[in-house]
Amino acid sequence: MSRRPGFVLEVDKSTPPTLFWNGEGFTLETLPEGSRVIYAPEPIKALDDPYGAIRHALLHPLGDRDPLPALLHAGMKLTICFDDISLPLPPMDAPDIRQMVIETVLDMAADAGVDDVMLIAALALHRRMTEDELRHALGDRVYDAFAPHGLLTQHDAEDPDNLIHLGQTESGEDIEINKRAATSDLLVYVNINLVAMDGGHKSVATGLASYRSLRHHHNPQTMQHSRSFMDAPASELHSSNWRMGRFIAEAGVKIFQIETTLNTDTFPSSFAFLQKREWEWNLRDRASFAATSTSLKGVPPRFARQIFHSITSPHAMTSVQAGEVEAVHAVTTENVWKQQGVDVQGQTDILTLGLPYICPYNVNSIMNPILVACLGLGYFFNLYRGKPLVRQGGVLILRHPTRPEFHPGHHPSYIDFYEQVLTQTVDPVAIHKQFEESFATDPWYIHLYRTGHAYHGVHPFYMWYWCAHALEHLGRVIIVGGDPKAVRRLGFSPASSLNDALEIASDVVGPSPTLTHLHAPPLMMADVH
Amino acid sequence: MSTLLFERSLPRFAAARVVSSFGSGRGAGVGPLRLVERDAPDLPSGGWSRVDPLLSGICGSDLATLDGRSSRYFEDIVSFPFVPGHEVVGLLAEDTTGADGSPLAAGTRVALQPVLGCAARGIVPLCAACQAGQVGNCGQLAFGHIRPGLQTGFCADTGGGWSTTGLVAHTSQLFAVPDGLSDADAVTTEPVACAVHAVLHAGIREGDLVAVVGAGMLGLTVTAALAHLAATGRCPAPRSLLVGAKYSQQQRLAREFGATEALPPDQLARAVRRHSHSLSFGGAAGQTATLSGGADVVIDCVGSAESITQSLGMVRPRGTVALVGMPGKVTIDLAPLWHREVRLAGAYAYGTEAVPAVAAVPAAEAVPATTTRRKKSAAEPAEAAQPREVATFALAFEVVAAMSTGRLVSATYPLTRFEDAVAHAGAAGRRGAVKIAFDITKGHTR
Repeated sequence: MSRRPGFVLEVDKSTPPTLFWNGEGFTLETLPEGSRVIYAPEPIKALDDPYGAIRHALLHPLGDRDPLPALLHAGMKLTICFDDISLPLPPMDAPDIRQMVIETVLDMAADAGVDDVMLIAALALHRRMTEDELRHALGDRVYDAFAPHGLLTQHDAEDPDNLIHLGQTESGEDIEINKRAATSDLLVYVNINLVAMDGGHKSVATGLASYRSLRHHHNPQTMQHSRSFMDAPASELHSSNWRMGRFIAEAGVKIFQIETTLNTDTFPSSFAFLQKREWEWNLRDRASFAATSTSLKGVPPRFARQIFHSITSPHAMTSVQAGEVEAVHAVTTENVWKQQGVDVQGQTDILTLGLPYICPYNVNSIMNPILVACLGLGYFFNLYRGKPLVRQGGVLILRHPTRPEFHPGHHPSYIDFYEQVLTQTVDPVAIHKQFEESFATDPWYIHLYRTGHAYHGVHPFYMWYWCAHALEHLGRVIIVGGDPKAVRRLGFSPASSLNDALEIASDVVGPSPTLTHLHAPPLMMADVH
Repeated sequence: MSTLLFERSLPRFAAARVVSSFGSGRGAGVGPLRLVERDAPDLPSGGWSRVDPLLSGICGSDLATLDGRSSRYFEDIVSFPFVPGHEVVGLLAEDTTGADGSPLAAGTRVALQPVLGCAARGIVPLCAACQAGQVGNCGQLAFGHIRPGLQTGFCADTGGGWSTTGLVAHTSQLFAVPDGLSDADAVTTEPVACAVHAVLHAGIREGDLVAVVGAGMLGLTVTAALAHLAATGRCPAPRSLLVGAKYSQQQRLAREFGATEALPPDQLARAVRRHSHSLSFGGAAGQTATLSGGADVVIDCVGSAESITQSLGMVRPRGTVALVGMPGKVTIDLAPLWHREVRLAGAYAYGTEAVPAVAAVPAAEAVPATTTRRKKSAAEPAEAAQPREVATFALAFEVVAAMSTGRLVSATYPLTRFEDAVAHAGAAGRRGAVKIAFDITKGHTR
């Protein structure tokens, strides 16, 4: 049976209740008649021979690049960088794409007699990965061959000895990136392109950069003018990264970009109902939903969290391309849209979203209120091309428990951001001006980032800036089922039920608004006409 | 004519202690405090006058006494039975002079400076502290021609503010309330004076990081006093003033008074760490984490073992912890104090303060401490910065006016509802209140 594309359902009397994610759980909501529900396209068939496809891509590069073996020779310095724990979501079943690609690259390097090889996790300002996480991403064989010899490292954006300032773009943007990577004869970057935003020049210009570099595009002004992050030509974030990427290339850093795409087969078979359309649920799906929902209700949140974070995803590789950054990324973006794009006619007054338990910054961790805001307003709101799904001045309704809980080891500066910054203002511009530098240069956060598993001190600011476009665009944000105090702290309105939320929203959008629900995950991107 | 009288009664004292263990202020009904009919106290000697209270506050030390939690240290400087109430605004019953020597006519509204020092006790010569104007440090509190009592409100001979029959006050205790201050403003003068004294004796230097633990009446008035005194050049301006405040209304008030940040108590150490660019270590197994640096000055306005421990954990090496909240018997680990050479300093009451002699600044011009200090006018003489002795109460009146501290009086009760009043005071923060006072004019015929 051929794959079905994305679908926009109009709710009528016969439509069964719609599944909403609700953190570490889910619920069914009855949407008003006439509402629209956007469903993701069904998964593209995975590549039959991923190793073969990878090898083919490396031997047949795109753009102005020689095949990888031609770039490898004895005596050279080779650095292989790879995306960190934030991709993909949820983490994928073994073998991870990074493992498959890096093993293939290493085989070619070995054939060419390359001795000086270093692997670097491109963390930017994210937390360092644990050994288990690295083993999962790279496989035991690669880990055991490199880590014990100090040849598997994680980018340290606060290590002055291993950063190099390459100069400034014509727009005055500093480019300071990982020295080992920048001074290698060849830098191979291995991407997992979960959404259209990932990859391209962003890989090196962001993933291997320092705060000095990142601050030029991770700020409220840039984020407000990125409409959306998923549409590179309309994204100032990408424009800045592209300027930097081209500068890096002109500075002589030779990059061999490898990008991969995934299908939307996101959840294991025991959770199959999560990626089905509700009216197609069979008896097993109904039973699974009922059993899971009931058992989760009686489980303390931390156990529910453990259960969900133990899920690995069956999503599989649908394409791999390699070569020159821009040529590669153009094909990758096309492939991502092929999998995730859904045509949607017109905007809506109210957009509803059920937020899941995971976002890029809480893998094996806690989804704190700042990350809830970022996932809703930064990521899901921006899953569009053309126009936002919700109209200017419209209302965004999120469903999530939004508990004021934080992982003290992973998100120490988030706690202080929540208690010491959001208590004073929620305005991204004011926050940027008043607080960013002191958090970014705080020695304790830097210590925890470098030696522990903490996100950098400035990271919660970036999460808040991701929301800047949505905050400017929306008339109101309502969180259903969230901790009222935490929701208010974010500057949003709490509601106890979807009906309450619709009642609150009517103050902004009137009594008969249009409503659209984005049925994600699985991830999709709306092409709004 | 009603008076609340506190008598020495061990069974009632024990009962109050038991009941108050379920919540401060709950033991008033079973404790040694009773509403009685009682005549006004006699004037002890010349220099004393009668004062008819208008409002009289309920202080943390009153609550500790009523709850049976007061330190036994005070036993010999208190005489029974006594009428509580040392935060008093009232009307003078006869002509006399004030503490500054100026004449005061009968009917003048006065704020009571309650310490019963050498002058009030008729002790000649005055002790060294009283001679220096530091009446709060008087060492003769058990001697002289009145019975022991550290303050009015704890002395069997003077009466106290919780009475319609009035109290007696010595000339040295009387301060005319400036025009423009309401009775509610005026009744806060005594706690504000405590705060002024604490701020000026905490050893704050220009650009210091200052943390205030607790945001009840003391914490809030310390915040207000520091903001005002720094803004008017009476004390060095801190670069940041962080306040640990449990309840949202306390956080709001602290910010209004000039706090850079007001946070829940469990977040205060984190904020101090961030503002001091310190590292943090320890904190495992329920221990308080210690900062590599920390606040230059921590002003503890709670006085519990927990608050003192927290203060020691967030003060920098060689910094100062000023104890303003009244502590009792506490068990704390003093290792950090020893190891980091921290100065632990008490701050009690008032007297006179040596402050730069700058012109009084109208309330409208006063700015929070953490903003730029008021620029000295070119017309102000160079010697204006030389210190001079000023009565703490005079400075307190300024703070009261500039910061409108009368707004901290959240509720007033007649004496007949003393159980409700004390219970309200004991749960003030939780119930959205700050200061509870008796309105002596309510509920009876004067």
